[in-house]
Amino acid sequence: MDNPVGPALQLRIPEPARGHRPADPVPYISAAGEMRKPDLDEKVERIALMRKQLVRVLDDEGHAVGPWAPALDADQLRQGLRDMMTVRSFDARLLRAHRQGKISFYMQCLGEEAIACAQRRALRADDMHFPTYRQQGLLIAGGHPIVTMMNQVLSNEHDPLKGRQLPVMYSSKEHGFFSISGNLATQYVQAVGWAMASALRGDTRIASAWIGEGASAESDFHAALVFASTYQAPVILNIVNNQWAISTPEDFARGASATFADRGYGFSIPALRVDGNDYLAVYAASQWAAERARSNLGPTLLEWVTLRVGAHSTSDDPSVYRPDDEADRFPLGDPIERLRRHLTVIGAWDDERQAALQTEVDALIADAFAEADSHGSVKSGHTSSPATMFDDVYATLPRHLVEQRDRMEG
Amino acid sequence: MPAMTMIEAIRDAHAIAMERDDTVVVFGEDVEAGIVGVAVGMAAYGLRPCVEIQFADYVYPAYDQIVSEAARLRHRSAGDFTAPLTIRMPTGGGIFGGQTHSQSPEALFTHVAGLKTVVVSNPYDAKGLLLAAIEDDDPVIFLEPKRVYNGPFDGHHDRPIVPWSQHPLGEVPAGHYTIPLGQARVHRSGDDLTVLTYGTLVHVAQAAADESGIDAEIIDLRTLVPLDVDTIVASVRRTGRCLVVHEATLTSGFGAELSATVQERAFHHLEAPVTRVCGWDTPYPHAHEWSYFPGPDRVARAMREVMSA
Repeated sequence: MDNPVGPALQLRIPEPARGHRPADPVPYISAAGEMRKPDLDEKVERIALMRKQLVRVLDDEGHAVGPWAPALDADQLRQGLRDMMTVRSFDARLLRAHRQGKISFYMQCLGEEAIACAQRRALRADDMHFPTYRQQGLLIAGGHPIVTMMNQVLSNEHDPLKGRQLPVMYSSKEHGFFSISGNLATQYVQAVGWAMASALRGDTRIASAWIGEGASAESDFHAALVFASTYQAPVILNIVNNQWAISTPEDFARGASATFADRGYGFSIPALRVDGNDYLAVYAASQWAAERARSNLGPTLLEWVTLRVGAHSTSDDPSVYRPDDEADRFPLGDPIERLRRHLTVIGAWDDERQAALQTEVDALIADAFAEADSHGSVKSGHTSSPATMFDDVYATLPRHLVEQRDRMEG
Repeated sequence: MPAMTMIEAIRDAHAIAMERDDTVVVFGEDVEAGIVGVAVGMAAYGLRPCVEIQFADYVYPAYDQIVSEAARLRHRSAGDFTAPLTIRMPTGGGIFGGQTHSQSPEALFTHVAGLKTVVVSNPYDAKGLLLAAIEDDDPVIFLEPKRVYNGPFDGHHDRPIVPWSQHPLGEVPAGHYTIPLGQARVHRSGDDLTVLTYGTLVHVAQAAADESGIDAEIIDLRTLVPLDVDTIVASVRRTGRCLVVHEATLTSGFGAELSATVQERAFHHLEAPVTRVCGWDTPYPHAHEWSYFPGPDRVARAMREVMSA
């Protein structure tokens, strides 16, 4: 080295850890049943290594194994399968509606259905989720009217949000689903605030915060963990690691950390890394985190390892940045197929029932879409009255908005 | 009636609000994005948070939570979720605070649909307006000019401080009262010209009027959004002249909105161009604070210009 004061400083320019078109295996995959299930109040340092492992219940043959296997009966498992298949059929119909030019935009959750569907069933109906744009499973598994969701996506006259929001930015306090912002990560710290409020009021409801792995690089994520840790808020902190932040591989946002669950460690927040394509593991880990929150044991961070099988949105073309066979090579399989195999293994399912359920679900979605479509869409000009844009800016319409509305209406 | 400083009046309003309504929660101090994000979540739950930003200069990390979240939550959810929170912040200069303890960012909030913005100038108003803000169902930005916490500072920084105990607006009733948001106050009646101002500059404008002998009508706007257009327009139509005064930087400041409002609604009554006296379009300086601050001499000079135009 010629320079006497040391080498010229160098910046690490991130390269995708799994290659530029990754189909290499996901690291740190434990075997199903391998992970122990800690007590709810186990010291955080004793479960610290779980952030670099993977909680799994379903093995390759479809057996539920190990201490995390939840006590779900066959009816509950069949309900879980039905929830996920309904979400998948819902997404498929609305993607088709986009291709038909009936809607302006859509975001599907193909391959990630188990996470929202199972967590919704593991929590109580009056808990509050602060979701991103890929948790439609929370609403569908929670029994939200499907036609109403489609009306929102179509921005038609029956859209409960009056055409104010992009498609899929649902809101339903009644169904424990906080209004989706579209600004990344803002909801994470709000969920912590909601949970703090619930505890301040001596309530029993908990909050669940949702974020994608890429958005966990936003500052609001870290603000959320500070408050959750400091006040031991009754909140579940979900990170859905679907391998892709739009076109950026997951390890860019992760930086030098080994996993996203690592992010809990610095805040002494118990953190688990969980197979997100395993309905039973999702249910069990969600239940564990919820029980911790309900027992005043504080927040839990859950990294769900899954794969975004489809495009980021209808405005994205993933063929330019990922291989076509990535889903086939993804080691955690497909959540619907895995639960179906489990139901078959325990003798609660067969091909005939599968075919019948598929037909039933598709018909339900087709009927719902026909009804929503009969109310028109933004594309056909059947929207709420433009004058309604002035409503709800404030609790009561102030004078300047009255004047502007009058001017618009001429 | 007890004499209170503006600090005591604000503390009193907090105590009364928390006593009357157990959904009111008060917190703050210097982790701004987290504070406001948590407050939005608490408000969505059904509480009425009243949070403090350490200095208005530090609000920017929380700006996304204010603009994209608190301000738009009611609208984007069609009333399903709301954010009835109050965000207090000390604003303005005059304390040798340099560029990070002196800013007046009110225009960054008045430009945002869904927010209400209040700037107080005295203890009586501070208590009544803060109680109204906390009880309001929409998010309210509540700006407290730190230079008038302890007295009606008139810009003469080289003179002894006059305490609120020697000023009628330092008399603050005990108990609960509110001042409706959206109502200006005529601070000084006059016939020569109308001064539209708020915060510390209310007292500076009064000194300028007293010292120049110009019979100015000084309107303390108190609430910038919603704006009391009727009081403004009635005064300007009567005096025919209008001077806008604020401490914030000139370009795209709230004075531009006031100036436009006056010419739209009182153009045929104007005898002179609407004129603005504001902070210069520079960062707030430390050593040159009193060259930056629009003090009584600068305001009086502008008054004379408007009168002779």
